[in-house]
Amino acid sequence: MSKEKFDYFVNGEKGKYEVVIGLEVHAQVLSNSKLFSGSSTKFGADPNKQVSLIDSAFPGMLPVINEECVKQAVRTGLGLNAKINNYSVFDRKNYFYADLPQGYQISQYKNPIVGEGKVLLDMPYGSKEIGIERLHLEQDAGKSIHDMDPASTYVDLNRSGIALMEIVSKPDLRSPDEVNAYIKKLRTIMRYLGTCDGNMQEGSLRADVNVSVRKVGDKNFGTRCEIKNVNSIKFMQMAIEYEANRQVELIEDGKEIDQETRLFDTKKNETRSMRSKEDAHDYRYFPDPDLLPLKLEQKLIDDLKKSLPELPDNKKDRFIQEYGLNSYEANVLVSEKEISDYYEEVAKLSDKKLAATWMMGDLFAMLNDKGLNIYNSPISAKDFAELVQSIKSGEISGRIAKEVFEIMVESGDNPKKIIESKGMKQQSDPKELEKMINEILSKNKDKVDQYKAGKEKLFGFFVGQVMKLSGGKANPQLTNEILKKLLKG
Amino acid sequence: MSLDKEKIKHVAKLARISVDEAKVDSLTKDLNSIFKFIEQLNELNTDKVEPLTSILNQSLRSRKDEISDGKIREKILKNSPKKNDEFFVVPKVVE
Amino acid sequence: MSNITSQSLSEILESIKSKQISSLELTQAYIKNIENAKKLNSFVTTTFDQALENAKKFDNKTNNEQLLSGIPLAVKDLFCTENVKTTAGSNILNNFIPSYESTVTKNLWNNGAFLLGKLNCDEFAMGSSNETSFFGNVINPVGDHLVPGGSSGGSSSALAADLTPATIGTDTGGSIRQPASFTGTVGLKPTYGLCSRWGIVAFASSLDQAGPMTKTVNDCSIMLEAMSGFDEKDSTSINKKKETYSKNLNDNIKGLKIGIPKEYRVDNMPKEIDDLWEKGKKILKDLGAHLIDISLPHTKYALPTYYIVAPAEASSNLARYDGVRYGYRSQKGKDLIEMYENTRSEGFGDEVKRRILIGTYVLSSGYYDAYYLKAQKVRQLIKKDFDDSFMKVDAILTPSTPNSAFKIGEKTNDPVSMYLNDIFTVPVNLAGLPALSLPAGLDKKGLPLGLQLIGKALDEQKILNIGYAFEKNCGYKNKIKKWWS
Repeated sequence: MSKEKFDYFVNGEKGKYEVVIGLEVHAQVLSNSKLFSGSSTKFGADPNKQVSLIDSAFPGMLPVINEECVKQAVRTGLGLNAKINNYSVFDRKNYFYADLPQGYQISQYKNPIVGEGKVLLDMPYGSKEIGIERLHLEQDAGKSIHDMDPASTYVDLNRSGIALMEIVSKPDLRSPDEVNAYIKKLRTIMRYLGTCDGNMQEGSLRADVNVSVRKVGDKNFGTRCEIKNVNSIKFMQMAIEYEANRQVELIEDGKEIDQETRLFDTKKNETRSMRSKEDAHDYRYFPDPDLLPLKLEQKLIDDLKKSLPELPDNKKDRFIQEYGLNSYEANVLVSEKEISDYYEEVAKLSDKKLAATWMMGDLFAMLNDKGLNIYNSPISAKDFAELVQSIKSGEISGRIAKEVFEIMVESGDNPKKIIESKGMKQQSDPKELEKMINEILSKNKDKVDQYKAGKEKLFGFFVGQVMKLSGGKANPQLTNEILKKLLKG
Repeated sequence: MSLDKEKIKHVAKLARISVDEAKVDSLTKDLNSIFKFIEQLNELNTDKVEPLTSILNQSLRSRKDEISDGKIREKILKNSPKKNDEFFVVPKVVE
Repeated sequence: MSNITSQSLSEILESIKSKQISSLELTQAYIKNIENAKKLNSFVTTTFDQALENAKKFDNKTNNEQLLSGIPLAVKDLFCTENVKTTAGSNILNNFIPSYESTVTKNLWNNGAFLLGKLNCDEFAMGSSNETSFFGNVINPVGDHLVPGGSSGGSSSALAADLTPATIGTDTGGSIRQPASFTGTVGLKPTYGLCSRWGIVAFASSLDQAGPMTKTVNDCSIMLEAMSGFDEKDSTSINKKKETYSKNLNDNIKGLKIGIPKEYRVDNMPKEIDDLWEKGKKILKDLGAHLIDISLPHTKYALPTYYIVAPAEASSNLARYDGVRYGYRSQKGKDLIEMYENTRSEGFGDEVKRRILIGTYVLSSGYYDAYYLKAQKVRQLIKKDFDDSFMKVDAILTPSTPNSAFKIGEKTNDPVSMYLNDIFTVPVNLAGLPALSLPAGLDKKGLPLGLQLIGKALDEQKILNIGYAFEKNCGYKNKIKKWWS
């Protein structure tokens, strides 16, 4: 692939601006129960049905930490190549809100469970490393519902107390595309690890986006604004675009940018100041006296490290080496763990390179069309491998293979059976082919003469005739060889 | 350091407590005498002292990841001053 | 039978076990006392019907071998009790009915006791005189115009007035020991983590500890044994084997080293307190203990430290009282924020609001290091003082309070002078240690005074033993006349 150049800038009247973006991703930890209580975390329950006395902050209720959530945070930290802190502390972040029953969120402020790490992005202009500042565990809030009653807000605490990992990036991102790639990469890593399902529709992955701009070449960062709780990549990109342009306009008009929290309005496609959060900046963090410092034994960390699955970056390298794929193909095939598993199963039973081409082509197109995922693909990896192998062995041509593929999708039948029953096997007997070709050449003497006189373009015509006569089953390679031989004679 | 009325009003706002204007003066006086008392600590040099995070010298105990709670909506809602069958109800929030 | 309620818990237990008296008769006797003592205002809620039911049930049972078999008990209204109103002495919880039972009270009931009623206390346990309760002052049975101490003032008053055979309180800065001292009763603040905090309305999480308040040291050991124990629902609960304090109670204290900290002789301390302390030293010495002078150099900083740490934690612990899920909600205000502000302003009393403001301020941006962090550093020094001393001694003897019970209203206009009442009790909470307040004598006015025994962490048995020996040799007699009935 040819390398493109990075080109995302905001052009103002007085110059060209670079957009500086940092993300605070809130990833819901995959666990059965909540961070500090035994309520279920399952999505979609009836309102307030997954709420304990702890989640609703009744007097005298106390938190007890879920060991699995701690392990999940450590696994994620390891997956981000980050430093795991043997000592971390839970703090209280104090603010009032209807869906925050305790009046504080238990979070980690000064001493997070995971320190600095990094994530590698594959961009068209090369690979780029994005720094991770930290990862910490915290409680999710409940949900305020504003549209069920004109005069009131309804509060549902099902989400209250579910464990989140807040993953804070360094301000290393420079464009909406990089944000897209970063979120997808984080999501891939966490899905490989099984620490977050990454489902943005259900709110398992949300982000606060910090945006600032500066003139190209400036060393210092501009004043940043934080756009709260954006829940899709598309909206994140739109919000960044809008916010960067807003800030450039302010600067060019000689106005100050207020460091503030803003909300992305998905109806108007713009960001606006969140007044309700204005005086909430003073969170009065302090160590939660209901909890003790979390001390992790090195052995636990080492054991978790040993049990980590192969991660996408490593798998990609292996795919390139082991299967002879190019970087692009490897990237696509490791983007989801299920895809890579499928590919490996196919590759084991068939041609590795051809399997990649066919998966990324026809299989993905079909899944996309039908709105399916690889794990509910109508074609099993074993059948798909058989199809690839039939092409590779010359049993069927690529064109026939496409027909077989279609039938496989519709009938769920195995490719061998389809090829047999429909007589789709390729004609690869040289004698039979020679007979067929001689017949065509004798019928088209004038064209043979023209060819011999130098009109070599007619070669394609003869191939077409062979295919027509054979019902598309003539082995193309053999056809070519025999045609060339006979036309010479 | 002395606390003025403005500061006290700001802190009251953070604590979500409305302060009766008539009581601000006496509150200011009380809080200032308390802070004067508290600020005796400034006599001590604590530069080299580690703050105490927990009086117990043990690590955080954890529980297993099991669903053992919830499904008690009636109990959760029972004491609420305003609720319906499913939700807590509060005055309209404008974001 | 006529004076069963003036007996100690252990004596009553004997009478119950030997069937000299039924649980029902006992319960009826207390109910009669309580009904005659309304003037003391020590109860917020009574649960007589439920108690009589439980007493009858007990009397029909054949097994009465439990630690507190058939005993009706009133408890501080800071313990959440299932289906029984729990107020914490506050308007903001004045209609709150928990659907759950605190671990500590559940432990008592599992040991054969049952609930007689809920006892008045300072609002959210913030106070030293029980004058901050939404439900009004509690009167000290010692004298009509006197405070019973606080915050467990309803508990001390009810106990001293024979309205409950024993009781439990909570102690964040002295709230068990100071009222015990003011009423001539025994009060123990256990080691932080010995009794579960689950289900107790929180004031300051790193300091709060529930403990027994009783007429005798033996009673105290029985109650502690019944109420304490590991609780997996409290992350700060200590996981250790349960002890049998009452069985192991022993009055031989020969050879024990008792520390006498010089910093507890404070300026303007009444001579009576000093004399009492001397008397205590002499008793222990005569019993064969060695007195050792020790120094706890940061003692004078304990109270200022406490008035940063406790309000800071309280400001956060009390944020949940917002009128949304339970308790009082103001009808005033046009939006959510105004609803909060009015609810909290109308729901909390002045002292609670004052402490929430102090706590909010010391944690707020720009002040955290100067106040909260500073306090946590000094707290470390205070803890270290004790750690160092306990290398040399087995227990420490100090006065419990710098004065005897004061008059109602005497200190309400001067918060700092009120706070100074806890000067001897607060350091123990900051260091997480156990301490026992014992009635030791009377002042000129005939009011009770207490001495405090401080132990190493988890050394409750030792201070109970010393207290037991002290009690036998002190000759303290309660001189309460039942003027209220």
